[in-house]
Amino acid sequence: MEQHVRADLSGLKPQRRSLGKRAAPYLLGAPAGLWLIVFFVVPLITMLSLSLQTCDAVTLACSLTWRFANFSDALSTYHTQFVRSIYYGMWATVIDLAVAFPVAYWIAFRAKRKNFFLLMLLLPFFVSFVIRTLAWEFILSDQGLVLGTLKNLHLLPENFHVLATGVAVIAGIAYNYLPFTALPLYVALERMDPRVLEAAGDLYASKRTSFVRVTLPLAIPGIFAAFLLTFVPAVGDFVNAQILGGTSNTMIGTVIQTEYLVNNNYPTASALSTILLVIMLVGIFLYGKLLGSRTIEEYI
Amino acid sequence: MTDPKRPNMDPALLRGLTQPRYSRRQFLRNAGVGAGAVGLGAILAACGTKGVSTSSSGGGLPNAGMGTPAWWQKQTLNKQLNFANWPYYIDTSHGTHPTLDTFTKDTGIKVDYTEPIDDNTSFFAKIRPQLQAGQSIGYDIIVLTNSAAALGEMIDFGWLIPIDHSMMTNFDKYASELVTNPSWDPGNKYTMAWQSGYTTIGYNEKFIKTPPTSIEDLWNPAYKGKIGMMGIPEEIGSFGMLAIGVDPATSTPEDWTKAAAKLEEQKPLVRSYYDQNYIRALKNEDIWISMVWSGDIFQAATYQGYPFLKVAIPDQGLMFWTDNMCIPIMAENPLDAMTYMDSVYDPHTQALIEDYNAYVCPVPDAQKIIANDLNDPAVANSPTVFPDAHVQSISKNYYHWKDSQELTAWNNTFVPIYQG
Repeated sequence: MEQHVRADLSGLKPQRRSLGKRAAPYLLGAPAGLWLIVFFVVPLITMLSLSLQTCDAVTLACSLTWRFANFSDALSTYHTQFVRSIYYGMWATVIDLAVAFPVAYWIAFRAKRKNFFLLMLLLPFFVSFVIRTLAWEFILSDQGLVLGTLKNLHLLPENFHVLATGVAVIAGIAYNYLPFTALPLYVALERMDPRVLEAAGDLYASKRTSFVRVTLPLAIPGIFAAFLLTFVPAVGDFVNAQILGGTSNTMIGTVIQTEYLVNNNYPTASALSTILLVIMLVGIFLYGKLLGSRTIEEYI
Repeated sequence: MTDPKRPNMDPALLRGLTQPRYSRRQFLRNAGVGAGAVGLGAILAACGTKGVSTSSSGGGLPNAGMGTPAWWQKQTLNKQLNFANWPYYIDTSHGTHPTLDTFTKDTGIKVDYTEPIDDNTSFFAKIRPQLQAGQSIGYDIIVLTNSAAALGEMIDFGWLIPIDHSMMTNFDKYASELVTNPSWDPGNKYTMAWQSGYTTIGYNEKFIKTPPTSIEDLWNPAYKGKIGMMGIPEEIGSFGMLAIGVDPATSTPEDWTKAAAKLEEQKPLVRSYYDQNYIRALKNEDIWISMVWSGDIFQAATYQGYPFLKVAIPDQGLMFWTDNMCIPIMAENPLDAMTYMDSVYDPHTQALIEDYNAYVCPVPDAQKIIANDLNDPAVANSPTVFPDAHVQSISKNYYHWKDSQELTAWNNTFVPIYQG
């Protein structure tokens, strides 16, 4: 009896895996983890810390003084830039979605040579971001190619200008981030099973109904990804406003850049960055709740 | 005696029933939270930086013992020079720099000429970590402007090598009094001027028919949306001061506030606040009138096909600045650097450099050579290249910040104007 039980137990004994096997997942994850710690966690903590420090403008000696006033000071000076950045970013994203959706739809469902058209979509973006924006500055300048000609034809008043307006900045951002909107939309639409649409047709859904009730819901993860990839960098953009904007189009990215690099005002710059990060995280969290994060998991 | 109301119980059991037991797990959890809070505080605090010690705070500076006659005696020529300058700042012809080629031919010193500096503050921010660690920044000569804080800080921190006064024969003989023994570097202990220049008004004569004569022209409502200002604290602040009739060099914090109010008033008229890209806006005719650096306009008008761009001299004065050559600590080829720095004070060499960049010439004797040998009266007779008595009498110096509080106050006064 005693012996019988013992034999049973030995059969239940868990198999001991070798040390190497047990460590394998950690070892495989180590490069990514290390990368994340060095290039994300450490800078993030440094930023949080700096946002509560007091620094000497000349010697750059900084010490943690838990100065929460850095936040209120930064907000009271630069709240307009925050609101403006979100407003511009939102407009640019909406424009991008409106422009990119038909294009992505067409390439995904109608185009014969998909890769060719995708390449055409991406080709301008092989040129540097700043160079392309400078090109727009040149094209849109007051006496330039477009406006100069129209003014000479007396189609526009002499003092009309596009540069140094909010419209120019929004257009610049929308232009620069278009591929970030178009590609996720394309991926979402392209992987859609055409038989689902055929089924909708078989069930007497009109083209319009099958688009609204089948295509669009299936594209939601793509729209969500496109929104994130466009809106987040658009709000923090610091190039377009500087090149295409005027005195009342400054965006928060430009302010942060100047505070860090020109004024050596690390605490204010860090506080502004932290506020921007929090606003974006909260906004995206709410947006994710609204559209449902389940769909994103499905999408990934 | 036992209390009749109280049941006769084991006190240990009673305590166990009436008071929460502090379990080991909970203890560990609480301890963890506590340690976490302390740890986060410690981590956040560890991000503080010690900063740099300055000459006023005492102690040995990084350049202690460097640049003495004995130290210079020990240096040898390495036949190599790494020179960091601003863009478009030296004679250029078909992709080469003739004066540098001549220098190499005469001395055997190979010059690696680069143009990495387009802003004092951000260039300083880039080289700062290496200097603080006592490492070479890879350049033997760098060029910094006296109007920005960086040069003064480099001197205060002991990050420059005092130059060798026994090797300044050309400088001693030919240097203009504008750059000899200057207020920002008494006795030329650390620096020799590369070029000086004026921050003044530039305009497009196609649109502005009567040449501007006053700083107030930048406030003229007729030019609404066509006015450019500089988004650089010391530049815009000084122009605000000139506009309210105050000499920037002797201004007070109250003047700063008044100047800021004056600039704020101008804002609706201003197209944009620029760094050096104002020159692009002027060329594109997006702006008609702007704060400018004198030589930029001259180069655009003479060499780049924009003859309608002109420089004006406002009655209230123009800002005079100097870009200074200096040798950072740990430079690998200090003797080669010294040799070069003095060589540009040779009037013939300087004439070639000046004829290209048309800023304010540090060598008055170059004027005759430019006029006669190079046959370029436009540069030779320009009052902003070889300033006459009138221009010299109205040119103003920048404010010198006494400490970091003043610098912060200055920035806090003027930065919001161009970032608002």
